[in-house]
Amino acid sequence: MSRTEVAVSPGRLRWRRFLRHRAGVSSLAVLAALILFALSAFVMRRFGFDPDATDLFARFDPPSRLHWLGTDEAGRDELIRLMVGGQMSLLVGLLATCIGGVVGLIIGVCAGYFGGRLDAVLMRFTDGMIALPLLPLLIVLGAVDLTKLGFSREFAHSGAAGFWRIIVIIAIVDWTAIARLVRAATIAIKERDFVRAARASGAGPAYVMVSHVLPNVATPIIVAFTLTVGRVILFESVLSFLGFGIVPPTPSWGNMLNNAQELVTSAPALAIYPGLLIFVTVIAVNFLGDGLQHAFDPRSER
Amino acid sequence: MTRFILRRILQTLLVLLVMSFVIYSLIGLMPGDPIDIMVASNPNIAPEVAATLRKLYGLDQPLILRYWRWLSAALSGDLGYSRTHSQPVLTILLPALWQTCKLLISSFTISVILSFALGIAAARKPGGWIDGLISLGAFAGISVPVFWLALMMILVFAVELHWFPASGIANVGDGSFRDQFVHLVMPVTTLALATTGGFTRFVRASMIEVLRLDLVRTARAKGASETRVVLIHAFRNALIPVVTVMALSFGVLFNGALLTETMFAQPGMGKMIYDAILGNDFNLALSGLLFATLVTLLSNLAADLAYGWLDPRIALQ
Repeated sequence: MSRTEVAVSPGRLRWRRFLRHRAGVSSLAVLAALILFALSAFVMRRFGFDPDATDLFARFDPPSRLHWLGTDEAGRDELIRLMVGGQMSLLVGLLATCIGGVVGLIIGVCAGYFGGRLDAVLMRFTDGMIALPLLPLLIVLGAVDLTKLGFSREFAHSGAAGFWRIIVIIAIVDWTAIARLVRAATIAIKERDFVRAARASGAGPAYVMVSHVLPNVATPIIVAFTLTVGRVILFESVLSFLGFGIVPPTPSWGNMLNNAQELVTSAPALAIYPGLLIFVTVIAVNFLGDGLQHAFDPRSER
Repeated sequence: MTRFILRRILQTLLVLLVMSFVIYSLIGLMPGDPIDIMVASNPNIAPEVAATLRKLYGLDQPLILRYWRWLSAALSGDLGYSRTHSQPVLTILLPALWQTCKLLISSFTISVILSFALGIAAARKPGGWIDGLISLGAFAGISVPVFWLALMMILVFAVELHWFPASGIANVGDGSFRDQFVHLVMPVTTLALATTGGFTRFVRASMIEVLRLDLVRTARAKGASETRVVLIHAFRNALIPVVTVMALSFGVLFNGALLTETMFAQPGMGKMIYDAILGNDFNLALSGLLFATLVTLLSNLAADLAYGWLDPRIALQ
C-alpha cells in the first residue's frame, strides 16, 4: 500500500516540512542546549558555585579545576555568571516579546478589522514608530527617572525595577512588525465568507476577532514572534552593555561586557564568551524563525 | 504627483512635531533638572534661591507651556546651550552630524554593493551551496551584536595585529587624509558587515521572486544571455522593493552608528547623544535625538518618492 493513502494532518505536514529544514532543526537543538546551559546554574549553585561571590585575590584567574572558565575582574566564577546571565537574557527576550506581541496584536487586529479612520491613525502611528532611531530612544527611556513617574525610591533603585524596566521599554518600541503583519492578515481574512457568516449571525466584533480572526493569523505571528525574540535579545544586550539595562551585580550577557573595552587588552577571553553566547543564541533564533517560515509557507520550495 | 509629495512632506512634519513633544517629555523625565545640577556643583545655593531660579527659568511651569517656549525658540534657530560643552548646541551638532554622515555613507555604500553582489549570486541557485554559504553569512550579519563585533575587531586588528588604531578619528598632530582614512577603516567595516546581512537577504528574496516571473522566461526565450537576463531584466525589477527597504533601514543603520561610534570613540551624532544623556546635557540630547529622527524621516520620504519613480505602475495618491 502506498504511503500517500494515509491522511496527514496539516500540523504533521508542517512538522515534516520543518524537519526538512536542516538549519531550523539544528538551531532548535542549539537553543535547547543553551536553555539547558542557563538552567544548570541551579544545579551549580547546589555545588557551591555562587555568581556573586567575589575573591579579590583571584582576579582574572585562568581556567582551573575550581573555575572552569576562570574568573572575572572581581574574582567571580565566569561560568556560573554566564549561566545566570543567560537566564536573564533569555527571560527578558521572551517576556518583552510577549508583551510587545500582545500590544502589536491588539493594534494590528483593531486597525485591520475596523479599518477606516482608526486604521489610518494606528498605521500612521506605527509608521512613525518604525521611522524612529530606536536605540537612542531606548537609551532615553532607560535613563528615565522612575521616581518622577510616581514610583517609590526603594522600588526605583531595586534590581526588580531594572529587570521590568528593560522589558517594558523594549515592549513599548518593538511591537511594530507584529502589528503590521497582523493588520495585513486581518484585512485578508475579514472579508472571507466564514467571517461574514459569523457577523451576519450576530457575532460582535470582539467575538469575531478572538474566535475567527486570531486563529487564522496565528502562523505569520509565530514566525514574526520568533524573529522578534532575536532582536529583543540584541536590544537587551546593547542596553545592558551601555549601562541602561540589567543592573550589576545581577549578571546578563550584556552587562558582563560592561568594561570589555579594558578587558580586550587584559583578559580577552572575558570579552569573547558573553558576546559569543549572544551571537549563537540570536543566530539560532533567526534560523529557527526561517525554518518555521519554511514549514508554514507552502510556496517556499527549496 | 505634486499633491502626493506635498502631503508626504506635511505628514513628515507632523510626525516630527509629535516626536519632538514625546522626546521633550521623555528628556524631562530623566533624573534631575538643570537647577539640581547647579545645586549639586555648588551646595551653598540656598533652597529659596534654587526655587527662585526655577521660577526665573520657567521650570515650575506645566510641561506643555515649557514645550511651547522651547518650540518657538527652536523654530527661530535657537536650540539652546550645551551644558557639558559650554557652547551653543548647533556648533557641536553640525560637526558631529558630518562625522556620522562620513561613517554612514561609506558603510552604506559598501554594504549596498556587497549585498547586491552576494544577493544575486545566492538567488541564481536557491538551495545550492553558494546560496547556503551566503545565507549563513547573512544570518550571522543580522544576528551579531554590533558592539561585540566592534570589540572583536579591536581585539584582532588593533590589539593583536596592530594594523589599525582602536579609537579616535586622527592622531594628534597628524590629521592627514591617510591618517583619517586609517582611523575610519574599522568603524566603517564593522558597520558595513553588520548591515550587509539584512540587505543581502532582501536582495536575495526579491531576486528569487522576480526570477520566477514570466518576463524572465520571455527574455530567455528571446535568446538573451544569462548575464543579461539576470543583471538587466531581473535585477531592475528586483530593485524596487530593495531600494525601499534599504532607505527604510536608515533608522537601524543609525543604531549601528551609535554603537560603532561609542566603541571606536568617534565624535559623531551617536556618541554625542549617548554622552549627552549620560551627562544630563538636556539641550544637546534633545536636539541630537530630533536631528536623528529628522534624518530618518527624510530618508523614508526619499524612499517613498524613489518608489514611485522606479515603478510607474504605482499610482501615487
